[in-house]
Amino acid sequence: MLKKILNDEKIRSTLVQGVGLLFICSVIYYFFINTQVNLTKQNIQTGFGFFKLESGFDISESIIDYWSDDTYLKALFAGILNTIKVALIGNVFAIILGVFIGIGSLSSNWIVKKVSTTYVEIVRNIPLLLQLFFWYAILTENLPDVKSAIEFLPNFFLTNRGLFIPFPVETMKFFYIFVGLCISCLSFFLLEKKRDLKTEETGLESPIWQRVNYLVFLIPVLIWLFTGSPTEMSLPSLVGFNFQGGYTFSPEFSALLVGLIIYTSAFNAEIARAGINSIDKGQWEAASSIGLSKKDTMSKIILPQALRVMVPPLTSQILNLTKNSSLAVAIGYPDFVSVTNTTMNQTGQAIECVFIIMVVYLSFSLLTSLVMNVFNNRFNKFERS
Amino acid sequence: MSSQKDLMIEMKSLNKWYDQFHVLKDINLSVKHGEKIVICGPSGSGKSTMIRCINRLEEFQKGELTVNSIPLNNDLKNIEAIRKDVGMVFQHFNLFPHLSILENLTLAPIRVKHIPKKEAIQMAMEYLEMVKIADQANKYPGQISGGQKQRVAIARSLCMKPKVLLFDEPTSALDPEMVKEVLDVMVDLAKEGMTMLCVTHEMGFAREVADRVVFMDQGTILEENTPHEFFSNPKHERAKEFLSQVIH
Amino acid sequence: MTLVNKFIYKFPVWLKKNLFNTPTNSIISIFAFALVWKLSVFILNYMVIGAVWSGSAKTCRELGGFCYPFLFEKARFIIFGFYPSEELWRPSLAMVQLFATLFYIKEPSRFGLKTFIYLTVSFLIFFWLIGGGLGLSAVTNDKWGGLPLTVMLAFIGILFSYPFGILLALARRSDLKILKTLSVCYIELIRGVPLISVLFMSSVMFPLFLPDGVNFDKLLRAQIAIIMFVSAYMAEVIRGGLASIEKGQYEAAQSLGLSYSQTMIYIIIPQAIRIVIPPTVNTAIGMFKDTSLVLIIALFDLLNTTKTAMRDANWLGFSLEGYVFVGLIYYIFCSLMSKYSKRLETEFLVKER
Repeated sequence: MLKKILNDEKIRSTLVQGVGLLFICSVIYYFFINTQVNLTKQNIQTGFGFFKLESGFDISESIIDYWSDDTYLKALFAGILNTIKVALIGNVFAIILGVFIGIGSLSSNWIVKKVSTTYVEIVRNIPLLLQLFFWYAILTENLPDVKSAIEFLPNFFLTNRGLFIPFPVETMKFFYIFVGLCISCLSFFLLEKKRDLKTEETGLESPIWQRVNYLVFLIPVLIWLFTGSPTEMSLPSLVGFNFQGGYTFSPEFSALLVGLIIYTSAFNAEIARAGINSIDKGQWEAASSIGLSKKDTMSKIILPQALRVMVPPLTSQILNLTKNSSLAVAIGYPDFVSVTNTTMNQTGQAIECVFIIMVVYLSFSLLTSLVMNVFNNRFNKFERS
Repeated sequence: MSSQKDLMIEMKSLNKWYDQFHVLKDINLSVKHGEKIVICGPSGSGKSTMIRCINRLEEFQKGELTVNSIPLNNDLKNIEAIRKDVGMVFQHFNLFPHLSILENLTLAPIRVKHIPKKEAIQMAMEYLEMVKIADQANKYPGQISGGQKQRVAIARSLCMKPKVLLFDEPTSALDPEMVKEVLDVMVDLAKEGMTMLCVTHEMGFAREVADRVVFMDQGTILEENTPHEFFSNPKHERAKEFLSQVIH
Repeated sequence: MTLVNKFIYKFPVWLKKNLFNTPTNSIISIFAFALVWKLSVFILNYMVIGAVWSGSAKTCRELGGFCYPFLFEKARFIIFGFYPSEELWRPSLAMVQLFATLFYIKEPSRFGLKTFIYLTVSFLIFFWLIGGGLGLSAVTNDKWGGLPLTVMLAFIGILFSYPFGILLALARRSDLKILKTLSVCYIELIRGVPLISVLFMSSVMFPLFLPDGVNFDKLLRAQIAIIMFVSAYMAEVIRGGLASIEKGQYEAAQSLGLSYSQTMIYIIIPQAIRIVIPPTVNTAIGMFKDTSLVLIIALFDLLNTTKTAMRDANWLGFSLEGYVFVGLIYYIFCSLMSKYSKRLETEFLVKER
């Protein structure tokens, strides 16, 4: 009778799962007990109470105002912002550069093709950490010190302590102007598309429409006027041992950014190349047989189809760059992992800190996937059934 | 009326749903030992689904199915026993591409029936002889033609000495010139007394070999008769429609 | 056509077709050529013609070219780390025999259990040679470093991540809800976080999980972290392979009476592994590069030994030489692995035909 029960398919599978779950739970329980014992031995409190404690360490660069007497929570937040800064800028340029190089590796021009493929070959086969060290070494050892800074543009200084540029004093207002610029670019793009459609419909190229669309670029100008036409710039100037004023791109940030962009662009180039290659030769043939120019074929036929193929692996690379930004700890850029690591060393709250790191990066992953899914769905609308 | 023991397969009020779609509606079918049944009908009529229920490749929600006096239910031992007695030949052959022909045949006997390797190889070669493909024993599936693949597939199921063989459109994926070589093998098997259930469009085969033709449409058995009766005097409207569109 | 004729006739035609076929192309070609030319001349000057081939750090600093004496002096340390210098034949032999085994198993003589056994034996020999015991003097693992350490971390990582990856992939595809959820959670968690955090987790959290006194060697912690990390990625790769095997294979196996484990072991997994060779080696190459991260937890892999060499007070300021050298080593290994993968692919394809 028991045998009959054990041989039942459904019962057996539930039993197997039950046993498995029990095993895992007991292992976790064992770890849990040990951790309790070990933590009490070292007199460490569990929980996130340490967030409110004074951190006691400095962060070399931060978007928000942060001092060593701020809380750990603020420190961690500064770290997150630093990571987002690098990840956002890095990904945008890595994708643009990657797509260019990818297209280059398919070029009919032999030199361009060879240069692109060699670039990808070399960059992909060398560890990222090594490349970061390399760029950091170049930026700190091969640039002059602050006393003999290179002024390559008026008030733009390049030194081994960083790149110093003039920066508007009233940052908030310029931020609005920047947002206005983004909006106007987007609107221009959409309006141009509309004009394109109209041209297709009517067959007439309408010059009046063309001129009107450029007016959108007045938006940022209007914002500038509206906010009182701020013009004051903070200029970097040598005071004592360092530059004051203006905005600083630290060598740590620059090395991390350049390293990440170059490394990730090589992978993006491969993705772009594979994407374009995946389009059947027949598409090119059909396009040329109806007389479409190479440019039109590329932009209207090939790229739209290629983009659909490219979105999933590109998403993966975006996440990779974000995760790779954690290598910042090795060259001294205070990204999120670096700050959390310092916190962990000072407070001994290992489990909480590791937990925070995981939660934050998982959130980045989730957010990025959601956003890229929007693109995915847009491109997939026209998939062959 | 034949006694229970005579029946190889018995289906009573078999019902199956795919989510909301009622794919098999109250199927009743009895197959005696040694009988050859050909099942035909338009696509989507549930023919393949029905025979796949026999070896548990598909599960049914209502009704009873008995194979060789063993009831098919959730009892794993029953399922195992039934699968040993029932062989299947697939439309797309499903040979294992990474194993040689000989290995394809001997894998199950060695692992499932624990037959010693030497014996298994000898038996495999006998069956390969029977399907007239013994010279290809050491080749790989990728190197032989479709017709050859299907004959190997038949030999592979025979190696497990099944009591009944199910055929799921065995010639539908073959080039026309290879259909005959496979049908010949199937005719030989039929002559040797194997119980066979065959889903096929090959009406010539049905005429030559079948004891009964079962016509299905939209999940139900609409007509069952001897081949002669079915082809010359179809009774159901749908059967008439079907036959008028198919060469028979 | 004679060589000279080829040059006179074919080369200009090729030039016109490939570099100068349109006006834009011609401009780009000239520009690109100028760039490449400048770069090549610069590298040639710095690294060959104007390089310093012998002397001391002082000579290098005075002459200012690429400093080969630095490499001659430090190459041994970069490649072998702190390993006792009289016993360097041991890690060298260990690596050579490992590579020989890998080269041997690429011949498609039954890729299955045998391969795993060959590799395990090879690794045991590797450990014996490097670690000592049984006739060889013992060398504690804090002295293991450089290339052998990198190779060990990477390849053991890949070897052990295979079975775990297969189990995770099967669990994720199974109908048992609990198994599937556990597997999904593990895979997505590990893949969502950077390797660094997994390394930190292992070096900081593992000691907490275990009772006091059970001391987890640092190298072992790093190795376990790497195995855990790669398993998640391998699981996804293998899952892709499993998904690409048509349902008919499962059905044929079932209809022959093979049990679940028999189906997996003899039919499905052998096919899946072959299908996923390219992404597997890609993951392996990635792993090889990622071992450089153990620098952050103070293990002396190839990158760390290079950095340490560059910090020698007598040889300061030659970081470029160091990075170029170690970059070359990584490049050679990774390229070889790519070529190995391509060979594996074609060998297996040929076998099945």
